[in-house]
This record gives sequence, C-alpha cells and structure tokens, in this order.
Amino acid sequence: MNWKTFGAMLARDAHVARRNALQLLFQTFLQPLLFVFIFGRVMVGSGYMPATYKSLLLPGIIAISMVFTGIWAVAMPLIAEFQWTREIEDRLLSPIDISYIAIEKVIAGMLQALVAGLAVIPLAWLVLRPGVDIHLHMPLQFIAIILLVAAFSACGGLALGCSINQQHIGLMFGMVITPMIFFGCTYYPWSALTTFPILQKLVLINPLVYASEGLRAALVPQFPHLSVIAVLCALTVFDILLLVVGLRRFESKAVS
Amino acid sequence: MSVGVRTQDLRKVYNSAPPLGAAGGFVARADAKGSKPAKTDIVALNGLSLDVWPGEIFGLLGPNGAGKSTTVGVLTTRVRPTSGQAWVGEHDVWKEQAAVKYLIGVVPQRPNLDFSLTAREILIFHAAYFGIGAKQRNTLADALLEKFKLTDRANQMVRGFSGGMMQRLSIARAMMHDPQVLFLDEPSAGLDPQTRILLWEIIRDYNHAGKTVLLTTHNMEEADALCQRLAIIDHGRVIALGTPRELKHSIPGGFLLRLRFGTSTRALLERLQSLSGVREVRPSDTTGADVYADRGGSLIAEIATLAAATSSELLDVHISEPSLENLFLHHTGRSLRD
Repeated sequence: MNWKTFGAMLARDAHVARRNALQLLFQTFLQPLLFVFIFGRVMVGSGYMPATYKSLLLPGIIAISMVFTGIWAVAMPLIAEFQWTREIEDRLLSPIDISYIAIEKVIAGMLQALVAGLAVIPLAWLVLRPGVDIHLHMPLQFIAIILLVAAFSACGGLALGCSINQQHIGLMFGMVITPMIFFGCTYYPWSALTTFPILQKLVLINPLVYASEGLRAALVPQFPHLSVIAVLCALTVFDILLLVVGLRRFESKAVS
Repeated sequence: MSVGVRTQDLRKVYNSAPPLGAAGGFVARADAKGSKPAKTDIVALNGLSLDVWPGEIFGLLGPNGAGKSTTVGVLTTRVRPTSGQAWVGEHDVWKEQAAVKYLIGVVPQRPNLDFSLTAREILIFHAAYFGIGAKQRNTLADALLEKFKLTDRANQMVRGFSGGMMQRLSIARAMMHDPQVLFLDEPSAGLDPQTRILLWEIIRDYNHAGKTVLLTTHNMEEADALCQRLAIIDHGRVIALGTPRELKHSIPGGFLLRLRFGTSTRALLERLQSLSGVREVRPSDTTGADVYADRGGSLIAEIATLAAATSSELLDVHISEPSLENLFLHHTGRSLRD
C-alpha cells in the first residue's frame, strides 16, 4: 500500500471540493432546508402538523443530506471521468493498486457525507427552533451509526457510479434515488407504515430506512424506532455488499 | 540505466466494443457449427511479440485498428491481455503493476487531463501521486511548463485549452516523474506543423538522456524522422520489423508504379515482368497493376509501348519513391490511409 499516493489523491479531492465549495453548499443544503422550512415551520406553524413533528423530521433530514451527498460526491465524478473525460486515467496510472483508488473515492465521499450530516443539524435547528427536542444520550452509538450511514452513501455512490452510463443519470435519480428517499422512512417513522403491512415489509430492503431509523434512535429515542442492533447489522451488511459490488465494477471499468 | 520493453504472444479479444483509443482489430466471426447466432469477437492483438531495446525510440506503425493502442494499453496496465505476457524492464506488467507504473510515462491518444485542476496543479498533483516532495515538484512543474511554453497559462483551468496545448501538457505530465520509458499514442495527431516539430525535438532530447520511447503513429513521415526502429503492425500482428532504412530497402526495387489500363490481360502483366529493372508485378484489380521496380519515370515509355502492343491503353500512372507507405502496401495489399 502506497500511503503517499493515497494521501495525494485525497488531497486532490479535497482541493477540488474546496474550489467548488459554494456549489456543493447549495447542492447539499438547499433542498433539505427548504423541506425543513415548509414541513417543520409552515405546516407546523399553521397547525396542519403537530409540534412534535419537528423533532421527528430532523433525523430523516440528516439521513437524506448524508446519503444524497455521499452518492453524489462519488457517483457523479466517476460517471463523468470514466465515460467522457477519462480524467481518472492519471490516477489509474499512479503507482498504487487500482482498488485503492476506489477506496480513496469512498473515503472522500464519506468525509463529505459526514460534513453534510453534521452541518445540517445546526442549520436545521436554526430554521426549526424553538421546539426541537433532540438529545445525544449515547454519543458512541450516534458515532457508529453516522459512520455506517456515511459509508453506505459513499459505497452506494461507488456501485452506482461504476454501473450507470452518462445517459442514464436522469433515470438513476428517477428510479433509484427518489423512491429510496420517499420509501426511506425519512419523513415518517417506520412504525407509521403499520397500516400498510406489505409496504412495511418491502421497505426493509431500502438501506435508507436503517439510516433514518438509526439516527432517530440516537437523537430522538422518544419516538418509536427500529432496534439499534437491527440498524447496525443491516447497515454493516449493506456497506459490505455495496463496497464489494462497487470495487468489482470499478475494476472492470478501469481495466478493459 | 535504460529500460526496455518486451511482449510475448500477446492476444487480446474484446467481446464488447473496445474502449476509445484502443478500437483496434478486425472483426472475426466465430461460426462454430450448431452454435447460436455467431458471437462477434473483436481480435485486437493476435500473437504480438515485440522487443524494444533500452534507450531507443521505437515506433509502432499501422493503420487505424491495427492494434497499436491496444498494445500500448497492455504495456501500461490499462488493457488486460487475453493471453501472452508483457514486461517493462524486469517487471511483469500484470504481476507488478505498481513497480511498472513508476517506470512508465503515458501520453494517451485522447487528452485525459484533470479538468477540475489548473495546468500547474495537474503537474503538481501528478508528482504528488508519485511521492515527489513539495519543493521538488514545484521546481519540476515550473521547468516543464517553461519547456512546453505553457508558463503564461499555468494557472488557468485546462478546460479552455486548445488541442495542441492539452497535448503539450499531457506530455509534460507524463515526464513529471522522470519515467524510464515514455509511451506516446499518436502524439502528433491534430498538431500544427510547428508544434509537431517542437514535439519531435522534445522526444529526441528525452531519448538522448537515455530514456526509451515507444510511440504509435500512422504518419510515415513521423516514423521515418523519429524512430530508430519500427514495427509495422496490422490485424494485431507484427508484419515487418527493422530500422526505417532497412524496411524501405526490403521492398523489391524500391519504386512503386501503380498502373491502370483500359483493359487488362494476363499477357500484358507477364510482359511487364520482363522489362529491365522490374522486380515484381502484382495485379491490383481487374484493370490495374502494382509494379515494384528499380527505376521510376524511365519505365513509363516502355510500359506505354507494351500496353499499346497488347491493345490495352495505359490510362493512369502513379509513381512513388521508396517509402514506408509502399512497404505497408507491399505487405498488406492495402494503403496505410485505408
């Protein structure tokens, strides 16, 4: 393992992220904050939603921001660089095993997802306050969950980015990301699906369910949520699965 | 200490469309009896063996799709061969990839510069990937930007660069880690004559420092001017190998006269063979013939007389002097430009 090369590639990604900071900022935070404003402020303020919804909503918003940021940060550059710009070739020719190039992308994606998840908490709190009731009783549990969610988003980005053609980017959002968000228990707890028993079972194949429910368990345990053990196990399985698929796809893309 | 490059019996069969820049090969159909509708496999390399000596400029000459880019791809860890082996120096390319990557610099056919960075950053990050320290990489980047006349654009994003500037920057980037072997895939494609000459000088300079250069081209002038040895490849195989001079002298006669008659008779072709200085006559299609001879223009009158004697008028003549183009035609029956 060549740590100098690995570090230089991380430095390159950080440099590019800094250069595109403003664009990244809007891309990451605008949509979740608008959502928080409309549902948490307007709907609650006008009485259509109960005041407790504010606290229920926040973990889901963190999950969406993280997952969306991680997938975007890893998948979009990979789709472009493998297909029309071939920019990634300078890294494929650097003296390191090529699977570490994919792992570097995952680490860079995880860091961006973590920044997005941690930054959206105070931002959303500013929009929602007063009346947000979040607590960090078990910081270790929160750290474990937030790391697994970040890894899921980045590994998912790797698998998607190496599987999708540039002409199918729109389809990726329509067919994968949007249903994942809406059936991801982000805007409602999993227990709310009790009246739709089949759907409630089906959504369990959606990793975002475990991300939202896990964050709910860590930050707002007063609401019903899936068991933390189930969340940790499911996220670990999804992370490993997506990483393995992503690495295989990456290698088949990188070497013809 | 210079480093050589070697391949043995390389075969590469693509079962889907080959990547851009390695769109080598011809289409071979595997029509085994009783099989499903024949699957189309593209054979890009068909038993290619090469031995590039340390410290030489070696050229791969061939038409588009001959397998040049695929060969470079295999030697630079980007294309996995279906069978066969490749070495850079003592290192097996497919067993010791990281060690090989330290030794090689690659200039691709299509620019693949990092569009998120400026010209200077591209060089600096490239050096960083190779573990070169901050101070040294800054000095190196400035020197190469100066050498490639890019200093005034150093801090601009490369997205707006012209093709020639991108090509120069690609070469500068390939040289940043001072590789022992430089691969250039069609280096002068799309360059203006001035830039091409600058490029040739840079390649010769690099070679004078003891470095091995392997380049692909379908431009005979370039192969002739630059390469110490050449392999002519077609359909994924080496069909001729030697110095440009040796190769040109291997064509019978050296002069090629491409003739076209009103009507063509076997008798006429046989009589052409008997003219003094004619080495070989090949019918090219129903009314044409390719004549390889020791002399050129002075044969025309005799050919015209012979044609008239067999009541077959001479309609068109094209004479070319000894060249690699003729050599390619002699070996394959096709022009390099086909």
